[in-house]
Amino acid sequence: MNQTPKSTDDFVKGLWRDNPVFVQVLGMCPALAVSNTAMNALAMGLATTFVLVMSAISVSTFRRFIPREARIVCYICIIASFVTTVDYAIAAISLELYRSLGAFIALIVVNCLILGRAEAFSSKNPIGRSVLDALGMGVGFTAALLSIGIVREVLGSNSLFGFQLFPDGFQTWTVMVLPSGGFFAMALWLLVVNRIKEKQAAAEPAK
Amino acid sequence: MNDTSHWSIFLDAALINNFVLAYFLGICPFFGVSAKLETAVRMGGAVSFVMLVASVCAFSINILLDAVGAQYLRIISYILVIASTVQLVEMLMRKLSPPTFRALGIFLPLITTNCAIFGLALFQTNREYDFGRSIVYALGAGAGFALALILMAGVREKLDLANVPQLVKGTAAALIVAGILSMSFMGFAGLGR
Repeated sequence: MNQTPKSTDDFVKGLWRDNPVFVQVLGMCPALAVSNTAMNALAMGLATTFVLVMSAISVSTFRRFIPREARIVCYICIIASFVTTVDYAIAAISLELYRSLGAFIALIVVNCLILGRAEAFSSKNPIGRSVLDALGMGVGFTAALLSIGIVREVLGSNSLFGFQLFPDGFQTWTVMVLPSGGFFAMALWLLVVNRIKEKQAAAEPAK
Repeated sequence: MNDTSHWSIFLDAALINNFVLAYFLGICPFFGVSAKLETAVRMGGAVSFVMLVASVCAFSINILLDAVGAQYLRIISYILVIASTVQLVEMLMRKLSPPTFRALGIFLPLITTNCAIFGLALFQTNREYDFGRSIVYALGAGAGFALALILMAGVREKLDLANVPQLVKGTAAALIVAGILSMSFMGFAGLGR
């Protein structure tokens, strides 16, 4: 761990090793709540990524000026202003999407992932690395959301991004669209991730 | 939305649209502190209390923001007020009743980032509840949160004794339990119509 970190590491670690949803289990509320269709999941992931990157830039830029005692309040202010921007932007771009995401866009503010990255990474590192880190985390978050969303949409409503997938005889699993489906789909993916990690760990000493 | 009765608002927030199991709000503390029944009870109490305070605050902020026509400041002002309320409650409690403060411990500051509180403030604004209904809504949401947390903690304490495969242990098992709990809460859907 003591090698000089490469800049690509900051980006890649968010995708798999420190994936925010599957490994760190952060930002669960949006991950479960808006992943009932792949489209919602993608939009939510992109919105969160935007907020992550913008707040990483701001926090990293002002990291020398923010007093330690008041840092959390400052971070929350920065994050809240970008979330407000996203909130209005999505309403302007697609009202339909805005309705289906509902209050969850505003709830990006309390996504522990963003505050967590601001506190753990952006406040200590230069802008370039912070942006890469935020991008990696954002892409990892989007990928995780999308994978949950795809499972739920395919099984729950027999479609993917709104297109029908299987012929008409397919019996849809209504439970997947319901809230409990979110928990099950997420548990399923966690099992897959755990299994792969286990295999990797088993393979490592053999090398 | 101001014609719904107080009782049905309470039922709706506590059972039918339970904050944790139907809206996925406050999932982080839900998994984080549901390992022991005792901590779950305390956390449920603390959250319910802060919800009540935050609901009153959000209601007054909303009147103020509407008066000056600055609705776009809603997200920022809500989150700031909730954060400072939690801080204030923490300081007051330390001064007035040290035993309660020690019992709640680190849970109080954690509540700031609890999406359930923020979600409550947003929902009551979106649904345009009047003052009395906001309070009832907050009480219901708090009761629902505490109920889900306590149920979950009870199941997880039993789960510790069960023989769970290594692969499923931890978060995955907790998620599956939450899924089943959520399914059973669907049974309340017909209530309070």
